[in-house]
Amino acid sequence: MSNVPAELRYTKSHEWVRVLPDGSLQIGITDHAQAALGDLVFVEVPEAGRQLSAGDACAVVESVKAASDVYAPVGGEVIAGNELLATQPELINQDPYGQGWILRLQADVDPDSAGLLDAAAYGELSAAGH
Amino acid sequence: MPYIPHTSDDLRAMLERIGVRSLDELFDEIPAGLGVDQLPGIPPALSEMEVTRLAGERAAADGQPLNFIGAGAYEHHVPAPVWALVSRGEFYSAYTPYQAEASQGTLQVMYEFQSMIAALTGLDAANASLYDGASALAEACLMAVRAHRRSRAARILVPRTVHPTWRRVARAITEGQGLVLEELPCDPQTGTTPAAALAAQAGTDVTAVVIQQPNFFGQLEDVDALARQARALGALVIAAVNPVALAVLKPPGEWGDDGADIACGEGQPLGIPLSGGGPYLGFMATRIEHVRQMPGRIAGRTVDRDGRPGFTLTLQAREQHIRRGKATSNICTNQGLLMTAATIHLALLGPTGLQRVAEACMARSQELVAALAAQTGVRLLFSGPRFHEAALAFEAPVAPVLEVLAAQGIVGGFDLAGDYPELGQALLVCATETRTSADIARYARALGSLLERTRAA
Repeated sequence: MSNVPAELRYTKSHEWVRVLPDGSLQIGITDHAQAALGDLVFVEVPEAGRQLSAGDACAVVESVKAASDVYAPVGGEVIAGNELLATQPELINQDPYGQGWILRLQADVDPDSAGLLDAAAYGELSAAGH
Repeated sequence: MPYIPHTSDDLRAMLERIGVRSLDELFDEIPAGLGVDQLPGIPPALSEMEVTRLAGERAAADGQPLNFIGAGAYEHHVPAPVWALVSRGEFYSAYTPYQAEASQGTLQVMYEFQSMIAALTGLDAANASLYDGASALAEACLMAVRAHRRSRAARILVPRTVHPTWRRVARAITEGQGLVLEELPCDPQTGTTPAAALAAQAGTDVTAVVIQQPNFFGQLEDVDALARQARALGALVIAAVNPVALAVLKPPGEWGDDGADIACGEGQPLGIPLSGGGPYLGFMATRIEHVRQMPGRIAGRTVDRDGRPGFTLTLQAREQHIRRGKATSNICTNQGLLMTAATIHLALLGPTGLQRVAEACMARSQELVAALAAQTGVRLLFSGPRFHEAALAFEAPVAPVLEVLAAQGIVGGFDLAGDYPELGQALLVCATETRTSADIARYARALGSLLERTRAA
């Protein structure tokens, strides 16, 4: 059973969203997603300043067996990409909700009204194998 | 062995199995209006005997002219073992097989080729070849746009001294993908790109700058100054290089303060004959930080589960079978046979041999330029160092001169009037190690008496 922290929001495409104290959003991929991908060998993170719409491909995660896009859960401006991932992509495998974060976003919209899933809903979805 | 492996029995069995009566029915979802019954312009089939005779006649019509034209394709001596080995059955279909790792020999050749290109360009990693030099430049431009994370303009500065066909091909391939290729002017004294032309772009968003070394005129660009200026603009540096010249020139990986980002070029000078314009071979190398944006297949060296060395296709997440529409390109290893020839050619020559070829080319070219520029009505067009080509200015129109020379079995050079009207009557000439002093004297004599007759007329 994969780890689905209760305090985070989620998307159907397996991103997680954390609302930081300053109101910005921290985004990564879930424990379920990293386990499905296997050992990550490369992560392409977005540059600060990039404008994203909800659903835009904003990062690429490449594992030994697949490469996948990471989609912006909500629209906004990229504040930072996690530069540590350039040399340590395995941080996503080791700590997907912590050091393995992928980007920080200043959202255009209130994340509460962006149609994100709560932990219970995402837990059900990922357990069902989606 | 039949070239088409499916017999009519095979086809019938396969169609029966899926419940389709005929091949036409299998494809019946294609609207009838899109089908073509006939291919006009395709003559009726000929027998092998007829084709052999026809091809022999066509080849004989080419003659065996004494060649002084370069302009992107170069006549070099190809040692006999190169094509004797390439024609062996083990190499003859060098397209990467679908079960690539079952073909360790093919992968090893790719790996050796990549290692040689990386060594020649002074960069970290090379791919297993592209179609030709022109499309390699186009791919390098597309790659630079992917690799440059901050530039939004998809704007590439391309000097006028870059091969005109390469510029046209690069524009044709990249335009539809939103790239803007902008021309940089040429210094009329030196036939090179002034670094000031780049400095003038300060404050604009430049994704990459192309630098060809030697440039189309054979002149040597000030690659260090241009690379530094490009860097100051925040642009990536794309080097377009002649692999033979790299034996004596500074490799792109050492240009400026931190080297070019991408090197590409035409591999034809490495063991591939001038067969009517192709097939040729493109090559590309890059720094490790950009390797995931590089198109093409890449063979890597690895160990199997018992620790024995072996070869594998690597970094495949860039490729279309994994990344689909977001793949770095649709380039495969279709030039594998030519890549094999280039690899064997380089292996036979070795670093010293390649350097001797390059030096002989330069010496022959110097001799040619001296002999031709000594004729009344001919002078060297540009000052400054060159590799194995030179642009000459003529008092008489060039096209009729070339025509008369051709009738005497001499291909005198490339008329620059079409691509560079601003240069006036100008001819681009080349001599490689294959031209002897007697060849050069014959050309000079023919040209001298021809020009004398023109003046007298």
